[in-house]
Amino acid sequence: MSSSLVDGNSLLAVDVGAANTRAVFFDVVEGEYRFVASGNSPSTAEAPFKDVGEGVRNAISNLQAVLGKPLLDGSRDLITPSQPNGSGVDALVVTLSAGPTIKTVLVGLLKDVSLESARRLTESTYARIVETIALSDYRKPEQQIDSLLRARPDLIVIAGGTDGGASRSIQKLLEPIGLASFLLPEEKRPAVLFAGNEKMESEVKGLVGSLSASLHFSPNVRPSLETEDLEPAQRELARMVINIRKRQIKGVDMLDLWSGGHVLPTAYATGRMVRFLAKVYGASKGILSVDIGASATIISAGFKGKSTLNVYPQFGLGENLSGLLNYTTLEDILRWSSLDISPGILRDYMYQKSLYPSTIAATKEDLVISQSISRQALYLAMQSARRDFPRNIASIKPNLTPLFEPILAGGGALSDASRPGQGLLLLLDSLQPVGVTTVILDQNNLLPLLGAAAAQNNILPVQVLESGAFLSVGTVVAPVVSANYGTPVLRATLTYENGVEGRVDLKYGSLETLPLSSGEAGKLTIQSLRGADVGFGPGHGGTIPVSGGALGVVFDGRGRPLDLPADAVRRRELIKKWNWTLGGE
Amino acid sequence: MQAPIHHIVGLTSIVRERLLPISGTVLARLNQKVSSTDVIAETNWAREHVLLDVARILRVTPNVAERLVKCKVDDHIAANVEIAMGKGLFPRSVRTKREGRVVAVGGGQVLMEVGESKIELRAGISGMVIEIIPNRGAVIQTAGALVQGVWGNGRIDSGLLVNIAEKPDGVLAAGRLDVSLRGSILLAGMVNDVETLQAAADLPVRGLILSSLPISLIQKAREMHFPIMVTDGFGALPMNSAAFKLLSTNAKRDVTVNAEVYDRYSGACPEVIISLPISTDLPTPREVETFAPGLQVRSRRPPALGMIGSIVAVKPGLTTLVSGLRAPAAEVKLENGETVVVPLVNLEVVG
Repeated sequence: MSSSLVDGNSLLAVDVGAANTRAVFFDVVEGEYRFVASGNSPSTAEAPFKDVGEGVRNAISNLQAVLGKPLLDGSRDLITPSQPNGSGVDALVVTLSAGPTIKTVLVGLLKDVSLESARRLTESTYARIVETIALSDYRKPEQQIDSLLRARPDLIVIAGGTDGGASRSIQKLLEPIGLASFLLPEEKRPAVLFAGNEKMESEVKGLVGSLSASLHFSPNVRPSLETEDLEPAQRELARMVINIRKRQIKGVDMLDLWSGGHVLPTAYATGRMVRFLAKVYGASKGILSVDIGASATIISAGFKGKSTLNVYPQFGLGENLSGLLNYTTLEDILRWSSLDISPGILRDYMYQKSLYPSTIAATKEDLVISQSISRQALYLAMQSARRDFPRNIASIKPNLTPLFEPILAGGGALSDASRPGQGLLLLLDSLQPVGVTTVILDQNNLLPLLGAAAAQNNILPVQVLESGAFLSVGTVVAPVVSANYGTPVLRATLTYENGVEGRVDLKYGSLETLPLSSGEAGKLTIQSLRGADVGFGPGHGGTIPVSGGALGVVFDGRGRPLDLPADAVRRRELIKKWNWTLGGE
Repeated sequence: MQAPIHHIVGLTSIVRERLLPISGTVLARLNQKVSSTDVIAETNWAREHVLLDVARILRVTPNVAERLVKCKVDDHIAANVEIAMGKGLFPRSVRTKREGRVVAVGGGQVLMEVGESKIELRAGISGMVIEIIPNRGAVIQTAGALVQGVWGNGRIDSGLLVNIAEKPDGVLAAGRLDVSLRGSILLAGMVNDVETLQAAADLPVRGLILSSLPISLIQKAREMHFPIMVTDGFGALPMNSAAFKLLSTNAKRDVTVNAEVYDRYSGACPEVIISLPISTDLPTPREVETFAPGLQVRSRRPPALGMIGSIVAVKPGLTTLVSGLRAPAAEVKLENGETVVVPLVNLEVVG
């Protein structure tokens, strides 16, 4: 089955999520690639189906009903390439996030060096670290072996040693790994990724090669003490994750065959797209992508010369939801709620939702609870991801969110926001962006699919991105300032293309908007008060071009970090007011 | 749209695979009739290992050490037995620390597994062995009633079902547990405190079937040595009427509670099996259904959380819900006569 993607060819992109499977069709319309249509179906990785292929075929069936042309043949196999009668598609790419969290053991020499790099590498996929072994480990080798046997890992990631550096110490670490693998039944042996001292390849092969499910090598994540290079190892890890999924879930191998090997973990495809965007559009600010889904919350950031990708299954809103309470409190979640909800009701909700991850909020109270949890999950994910952002990136204050342009947001939690304003407020609360930035909602969750397509066809993502397939919510202006509630902190004048002006006096603690429709542009003149900083420096103003969106220009005067009143009644009233300002109920 | 099915069935054919966690010996035979407590397979499992670094202790190279090792793989060796001895006037020796089995010899080291314990796999249900899975277990078939739950504490046992829940939202208190209930499996509604769980353990009972469990009791419930199965969820939820009716009408029968931990990928879930003496061939319960009018369903989210009803109509296209979200939905007539609109993803078919 051919999979080469040539300009002008149609492309089917399928995303197999934990809850839903989506099939998206891209084709050339009037000389440019466009997002044409999509079809959805519940995912079928879980029992009773235990085969992702069923959900994929159902999603494609729904898509072909929208398109009005067949993509599957009588045996429900994909028709490729496209046929003279209009049926079929020229190529397929697949992203995959369904499947249990990958139990991973980290092995490294030094806790703060190679193990940190191994941790960052592992956080770039749907993994949960179940055991860590370092040179400083006080346990005897047999205790390490027993611990590994109890953990039953799917994957072992080994880092350590600069190129040409230490080798005896790594050998010592590898012995318990090899012995533990030897003791496991062959079908339960973990895959091993060695991303350490490149000179040790043959020794590593000798120690664990025949005892692992598969042994992979990637360039050293720490070629020297001062340098970290995760990208090649992330690529190798992405391949390994798909191989692990092939062992775990039926149907993944069929998708691999249909797509000619173009199956990627969803998070990796998102990270690739963000890297691509940072290279193409990157300016002094970074590019941020967030995705809050059932399987994980993903934060991907692209900066000049470096990008980060963090996948947090522990902050996913599906089967892992009850585990969120290991990282936060019920009270911290409820601070985001506009309704008076008891901690007990919230806790019951979280456990119940863990049982039924694909269910949705049918009542207003359920939606408020669901969005409060989403806010806290994204807030925690962002706080964790910030640790891995490079130093010396553009920011207003080092302890705040760095400057980003734009912020792209997708995932089930944002699809659950019934209005764009609800989604925007969720993002403003949890990400707390500063300065001036554009917020774009990926309402069709296209970003990972474009990332998967990018390696084969670099025109398609650019043309689709610029085609309006994403929903621009608007331009956000968020000054960094400290003041009393109600004190004016910023004055702004928006000059529309027709010369008409709109004005805002932003008071501390409030949200304001100025309408500016999608596709329109304007000039925004900002006067900062009380030392407010929107990126021009404390107390300085300026004039900048802005583009429109569903909510126009949104001014967030609520302070950074966001300062929520301690009094619960007053806080809930304010949250309701903010919601109304952004078009909610 | 395809619907998940939650099995609450009065009479069906039940086929269950029972497997050892690791390789072992299968004792059951094909076509053998087994009762739930019969051991159908067994194995030994060592939870710990001891690594004897012969080369380091004897201060020789690994190659030399390998020649000095006297034991080989699979040898069972008692504690304090010499497994290697050095050379010279005052030779050092290496002795086993604990009794165990040699699992690997190489590189100047000897790896032993110690602390072996026996694992016995019980049939779990009374029925006929219809397939032997070599070295792992068997497939057993029976006919009877099946009630699935949503949470289990990982234990399994069988016994006489006693209904002490007068109604679906009944609450079991420690004072209700008297000696007449010893060795029974209790249909018990809700439990609100740790004292009641402890009283059930002290009695002891052979199992608890609960409608719901407070989250604060999950850990304690996991520690209990008898099976606990929850039918509806967490917090304070009444038992769904279908499960309550089926279980309460089967009181005084022998039942098996397999409070298996729910695994959405394998499909394993906690269940109560009530084997009945039926000779006719019955179909196994269906695994997939399509939402359609007339189907009995249960709502998995508010506003009708846990309630049973039947689909009146599957609405075309997307429906705007009270929450503001838009999703495919169905009109469901609940048992109390009320009709509600529920998104399809919040429903499961009961049957």
